[in-house]
Amino acid sequence: MATKKQPAKAAKQTKSASSSKIPKEVLLDLHRRMVRIRLLEEAAGRLATEARIPGFIHLYVGEEAVAAGGCAALTNEDQISSTHRGHGHLVAKGGQFKPMMAEFMGRATGYCKGKGGSMHISDLDLNMLGANGIVGAGVPIGVGAAFSNFYRDNGLVTMAFFGDGSTNIGAFHEGTNMACALGLPMVFMCENNEYAEYTARDRVMNITDVADRAVAYGMPGVVVDGMDVIAVYEAAQAAVARARAGEGPSMIECKTYRYYDHAGVSGIGKNYRSDEEVAAWKARDPIEMFEAQLSKARVLSKAAAKKIHDEINAELDEAIEWAEASPFPDPATDMLTDVYTEAS
Amino acid sequence: MTATETATDQRIITYNQAFNETLFQLMAEDEDIFVAGEDVGRYGGVFQSFAGLNAEYGDRRVVDTPIAEQAIVGLGIGAAAMGLRPVVDLMFMDFVMVAMDQIANQAAKMKYMFGGKAELPLTITTTGGAGLGAAAQHSQSLEAWLIHVPGLKLVFPSSPHDLKGLLTSCVRDNNPTIVTLHKAMLGTSGHVPEELYEIPLGKASVVQEGDDVTIVAIGRMVSVAQAAAKTLAEEGISVEIVDPRCLLPFDTDTVVESAKKTNRVVIVHEAVRNGGIGGEIAAQIQEFAFDYLDAPVARVGAPFSPVPFSPALESEYVPNPGSIADAVRGVLNR
Repeated sequence: MATKKQPAKAAKQTKSASSSKIPKEVLLDLHRRMVRIRLLEEAAGRLATEARIPGFIHLYVGEEAVAAGGCAALTNEDQISSTHRGHGHLVAKGGQFKPMMAEFMGRATGYCKGKGGSMHISDLDLNMLGANGIVGAGVPIGVGAAFSNFYRDNGLVTMAFFGDGSTNIGAFHEGTNMACALGLPMVFMCENNEYAEYTARDRVMNITDVADRAVAYGMPGVVVDGMDVIAVYEAAQAAVARARAGEGPSMIECKTYRYYDHAGVSGIGKNYRSDEEVAAWKARDPIEMFEAQLSKARVLSKAAAKKIHDEINAELDEAIEWAEASPFPDPATDMLTDVYTEAS
Repeated sequence: MTATETATDQRIITYNQAFNETLFQLMAEDEDIFVAGEDVGRYGGVFQSFAGLNAEYGDRRVVDTPIAEQAIVGLGIGAAAMGLRPVVDLMFMDFVMVAMDQIANQAAKMKYMFGGKAELPLTITTTGGAGLGAAAQHSQSLEAWLIHVPGLKLVFPSSPHDLKGLLTSCVRDNNPTIVTLHKAMLGTSGHVPEELYEIPLGKASVVQEGDDVTIVAIGRMVSVAQAAAKTLAEEGISVEIVDPRCLLPFDTDTVVESAKKTNRVVIVHEAVRNGGIGGEIAAQIQEFAFDYLDAPVARVGAPFSPVPFSPALESEYVPNPGSIADAVRGVLNR
C-alpha cells in the first residue's frame, strides 16, 4: 500500500533570499550549482532510458538543495564523502560535465577511466572521496579524511553525505561515534528523502527525525527544510564553522525528496508511494522556489534564470557529444591496470 | 633489499619485539605514519605489541579507537586517501570479517574504481592462528578469504626476522597491505638486525634445501615443517621447505621451481583444508609443473570444523610434525 508522506513544512531556519544577508554572488552560485545538478541528472536519466548509459543509475533530482547548500559552505580543499546517489555531490563540489558523462558511459576519458561508472564516480583532485555502492560505507571513510585534517591541523573540514536509510547500518554508527569520540572536524549531512530504496522510512525506523540520533554520539543535530537551499546553506555554514574551530562534529538532517525511483527513471509499478505524494513534494521544488525568491528579490530575473538553464544545457549537449565520441577502455591494456600502485 | 651483514644480525629478540621495534623505527622516520586500533594506545595492545608507542608518540599518532572494526579500517582508508600512511590494527584476524566491507569493497577497490587516482598506503595488522586456547572466534587463519580480493597484499611472517622486513615493506608500500602475525609465535625468538630493512613483497624464501620432496608451509607451519623435516631426515628423506612469506602477491616461480626439482609437493597451512590457499597453490603447481610431478600434490590443513577450545582437541586440530611427516611419506610412496 502506498504510504503518504507530507512534504517538509517550511522550517524555522528558512529565510527568504531578500531578507538574507547572503551576498548576491553566493545566491547566484547556489542557484547555478542546483541547476547544474538538475540538468545533468535529467540528461543522464534520458540517456539511461535510451541505453546510451549502461548499468545502474541513481538520480539526485529533487535533492539538489542539499548538495548545493552543503558544498557551498565548503572550500575546494575541504573533503566530502558520498553515496550511491553521488552525482549531485560531485557536481556541487566542482565536477565537470565532460568527464562525468564519459564516466557514466564507460569511456576511457571519464573521471575513473570508465572503471567506476555512475556508482563509483569520484575525483580526488576535487577532494570528493567517491560515490559508493555500499550504503553507509562512505561515512567511516569520511571520518578518515577528517582525521587527516585533525592530524595535520590544517583547518579543513570533511562533510559526509548520507541518506536516512544508511543511518540504520553499523558503519554509520561506528563512524559517527568515532568522529565524535575523537572530536574530528566533520559535518554529517543527512539527506532524508523518506525512502530507503523502495521502503518508507516509518516502516524501518521508529523515529521521525534522523537528527535525533546525533544526541547519542554527543553532537548537535538540527533539522532543516532540505528543499530550501538557503536553510541548508546556513545550517552547513554554522556546522562547518564549528568544525573548523575545533569544536567537533555536527549533524544536519535535510528533509528532502527523491523525484525518481531509487534507481533509474521509471518505476516498476508505483506500489511504494503515491502520485499525490510525489506531486506534493514537487510543488515545493527547490529550484523553482529559489528562482521565485531570487526573482522577487531582484537578484535574478526569470529571463536571466532561463538563460542560465540554456547555457548549462548547451554545455551538457557538448559534453554528451564529446563523451559519446570518446573511446572505450581497451580490454587488452586497461583491464589489469590501476589494481595496484607500482613501486616508484 | 635484504639484511646487510652486521654485528646486529646476531641480536636475538622475540617476534613480538620485532613488531614493536619496527613500528617505533618506522614512526621515527616518517611523520605521516600513525597507529590506530582497539587498546593500542595507553594499554599497548592486548599482546603488548604496541607497548610504549603512545608514551613516545602521543595520542595524535597512537590512537585508541572505539571497538568498531569498520570505522577503524575506514579511518585508515580516508586518511590514506588524503596522503597519510596509517597502520590500523584489527587485534584478531577473526575480526577481519567484521570489517570486511571496508577491507574488500572499499580499500581494495578504491584505486581501480577511481581509475587509478587513489593511492592507499594503508597497513592493517592483525593476529591469526590457533594454539592459545582462544577457540572458534579468536584463532582462525583467514588468508584464503583475503587472497581472493584484487587490490590487497597479504603477508604471514614465519620468523622475527621476516616479520621486521615484511612489516617494513608493507608500511612503506603504497597499497592496502595486511600483516598477519601468528599469536602463538609472539614469544618466539630469532636473529633480527637492528636497523630497518625490507623483504620484497611477493618473494618466497627457501628455508631449507632438499631433494626428495617440497613442503610449502605458511606462517607458524614453517617451524612445524622444519621439525617434521628433521624426523624425516633421520629416515633418509631430504625435504626442501619453501615459505611463501607473502601470500598476495604469490611467488609462483619459486614454488614451481622447487616442485620441478623435487617432483613431489606437500602444502601445509593452519586454515581448514577445504577452500584453503593450499588448493590455489596446488592448482598453480599443476598448471606450471604437471609433467614434473611424480605424485598428486598433497595438502595438510585443519579439519573442516571451527577451531575447538579444549587443548585435547586444539592440539590435534592444528597440523603437527607427525601429520606433516605422514603426508610426506604418503607422496613418496606413490
